[in-house]
Amino acid sequence: MKRIQKRRTQAATVLVAAGVALAAGQAAAQTATIAVGAPVTSIDPHYHQLSPNNAVADIIFDRLVNTDPQLRNIPGLATEWRAVAPTVWEFKLRPNVRFHNGNAFTADDVAFTLQRLPNVPNSPSSFAAYARTMTRVEVVDPLTIRFHTAQPYPLMPLDMTNVRIVDKETTENATTEDFNSLRAAAGTGPYRAVAHRNGDRIEFERWDGYWGERAPFQRVNYRMITNDAARTAALLAGDVDLIDQVPTSDVARLRQDQRVRLAEQVGLRLIFLGIDHLRPATENSPFVTDNDGRPLGRNPLADVRVRRALSMAIDRRAIVDRVMEGAAVPANQFLPQGVFGHVDDLPAIAFDPDGARRLLAEAGYPQGFRIQLNGPNDRYINDGRIIQAIGQMWTRIGVRTAVEAQPWTTFVGRAGRGEYSAFLIGWGSNPDGSHPLRNILATVNRDRGWGSSNRGRYSSPQVDAMLLESLSELDEARRGTLIVGAMRTAMQDVAVVPLHIQTNIWATRRAFEYTASVEELTLAQRLRPAPR
Amino acid sequence: MTVYLVRRLIQALFVVLAMSIIVFVGIYGIGDPVEILISPDADQIERERAVAALGLDKPLWEQYLVFLTNALQGNLGRSFVFNEPALTLILQRMPATLELAFGAMFLSIVIGLPLGLFAGLRPHSPVSQGIMAGSILGFSLPTFWVGLMLIMVFAVQLGWLPSTGRGETCSVLGFVGLQSCNEGLQWSFLTWDGLRHMAMPALNLALFKISLVIRLTRAGVRETMLMDYVKFARAKGLSPARVTFVHVFKNILIPVVTVVGLELGSTIAFSVVTESVFAWPGMGKLIIDSINVLDRPVIVAYLMIIVLLFITINLIVDLTYSMLDPRVRLEMSH
Repeated sequence: MKRIQKRRTQAATVLVAAGVALAAGQAAAQTATIAVGAPVTSIDPHYHQLSPNNAVADIIFDRLVNTDPQLRNIPGLATEWRAVAPTVWEFKLRPNVRFHNGNAFTADDVAFTLQRLPNVPNSPSSFAAYARTMTRVEVVDPLTIRFHTAQPYPLMPLDMTNVRIVDKETTENATTEDFNSLRAAAGTGPYRAVAHRNGDRIEFERWDGYWGERAPFQRVNYRMITNDAARTAALLAGDVDLIDQVPTSDVARLRQDQRVRLAEQVGLRLIFLGIDHLRPATENSPFVTDNDGRPLGRNPLADVRVRRALSMAIDRRAIVDRVMEGAAVPANQFLPQGVFGHVDDLPAIAFDPDGARRLLAEAGYPQGFRIQLNGPNDRYINDGRIIQAIGQMWTRIGVRTAVEAQPWTTFVGRAGRGEYSAFLIGWGSNPDGSHPLRNILATVNRDRGWGSSNRGRYSSPQVDAMLLESLSELDEARRGTLIVGAMRTAMQDVAVVPLHIQTNIWATRRAFEYTASVEELTLAQRLRPAPR
Repeated sequence: MTVYLVRRLIQALFVVLAMSIIVFVGIYGIGDPVEILISPDADQIERERAVAALGLDKPLWEQYLVFLTNALQGNLGRSFVFNEPALTLILQRMPATLELAFGAMFLSIVIGLPLGLFAGLRPHSPVSQGIMAGSILGFSLPTFWVGLMLIMVFAVQLGWLPSTGRGETCSVLGFVGLQSCNEGLQWSFLTWDGLRHMAMPALNLALFKISLVIRLTRAGVRETMLMDYVKFARAKGLSPARVTFVHVFKNILIPVVTVVGLELGSTIAFSVVTESVFAWPGMGKLIIDSINVLDRPVIVAYLMIIVLLFITINLIVDLTYSMLDPRVRLEMSH
């Protein structure tokens, strides 16, 4: 064993030396290779609303409103924007911007992009919603555009962070296939795509006509390596310079490794438990029985004391430290501190099994009950192990818990139909409290487009009222008060049981540096050579 | 012969048809592709639009009929995920998988046959016992573990080979200089960089097959050596080389060909583990990704191709039998 270790050290020394030499050579050659864990399915920026696709789109294209690594809005293709009337947003466009094919960028390109959003054939998840609020798009002059809405709409700038602007001339009759073959993939971003092999790799070259800061590398290879261990190995072998989605089990080892450096940032993805609010107090919840396995005749989860007890019974610190190996922070609400909609005065949820038992007794369950906790086993980081841990914690307070983890494909449909009593799921938020409120905590309402991911069917008139008011409130301070109020009400009501917010982790070789961001996207422009 | 081929073809059609029905119903039972593909913050209107766009709003039997009608015209549907014809996607990835499978098959024969022959001819030598012990390892070690170990040793520790990916590729016509390398079907084995990338995944896939061939060959040799015709050949005074390579070798090939044929099929169809460990952009990776997002057109098209592939391979194996052993007749009436 000792000998092996010694040899390993020697090998490591050689490798470090080789790595340094290689890194120097590569920096001179101006090439970087990135390996991402999730496959990109299309170069068309309006075909599929999917994080890996959005990441690639943000390398090639720009948005009117770009975002910094903290996901704050910064000027992109628009230099400034404001509501000139309650129902009119005006965006001033950046002058002297050119697409990768040399065409000039004007307001017509923006108008064309917005008109294209709902018209991409076969889209499995379109961007149409971002154009739907607009009743009219008015091109005032080549560098000014106005969006008219039916009601005052405060979220317009946020919506515009999701729309990548394409060149009208190139894209007018282009299909998704034309983008994939790169015939139509002309954006205004810092890199242009020069080669694309579906599901395998994309190659970028620096766009020297970029309006912003010059990209640091002449060439960037963007490879997809979906297997976690293989991605780490590729980094250690020096085949790639940056990997994302570093597996939590490798983090501790990589922290010790002199050849690599980690870039970490608490993200916006909350892992939480959905609770059955669909069945009223007088009905059975599908996976809840009494201790002998007979139906209870009522839904204990309809009682806020029971929900609070279940939440207090969870040792979030232990889950974060042991299961997540530190790659998360315990959460008591949807958004982390500093994000619009974070409730500052909401106390952390204390781990208190005795208090939980008392609450259960108060609610009329001194002996507890039985429940099945469901969840996916291939969707979120360590998802299967998290629900096992929670099952044990709940059983400790007398709620005897069976745990069932399933593949996401079978799980998500059943969760959506409200077939579970309690289930683990995650939510990656936009940096605005209205986003989780509208999609998860608002009462399901097709006409308003609310609650489309409200799988537990939570419903609260107060939350709905505050959300509704906020959605047409143009005053940001007032809107903030409403959003925070709605979020506080829902969290005190234990609408869902928040567990933790995941940390996004990237790893680079020593000679490189990556700016970690709250969003999970991996952007080539955030990778640069490390300062000497 | 013709009757035989036509009969096999009709059988094949029925198998393909049955398989497509099973897959259709199976995926319908697993879940709703839209639930998986759609952005979580899509509202109800957007969800309804997506369901209609993918043609999933119709009853299942109607969806199947649409599929069947299109399939008869050679259109196996468009991928829900990539928005490209499923067949195109699969054919794009096929060269990567084929060269890996044939590379593995090549290794298994080139390494497996001689070692097996040696172990069969000298069963008591320590070398033979070593070979046999090694073959047990080849059988029993899980592919993904061996793959990761190969990467750790040859890429991370020694740095001799690239860890993952396919490397440089070239088309056959490009290789002989008739056109640019980037046009046409892309093959790794035509470039040095590509070969280096191929080495580990091919060996990883081949390990199990090498062991299989070793054991089959050894068993065959040991059995055949005791046969009367071998004794007779020896008694006739033929050289040991001629006895081994003509009389023994030809007669042990039938089981080897059968197994190698079937293994070739399953390597092409299901080298999922190796392809994902080595990030090899082949069909195996495509199918596992497609299953994860219930991309039904790709899954159906893939399995239809695979069924055809197995049927073809079986046919070739049968034809090879009759070449190797004239006693085997194709048109047996039973």
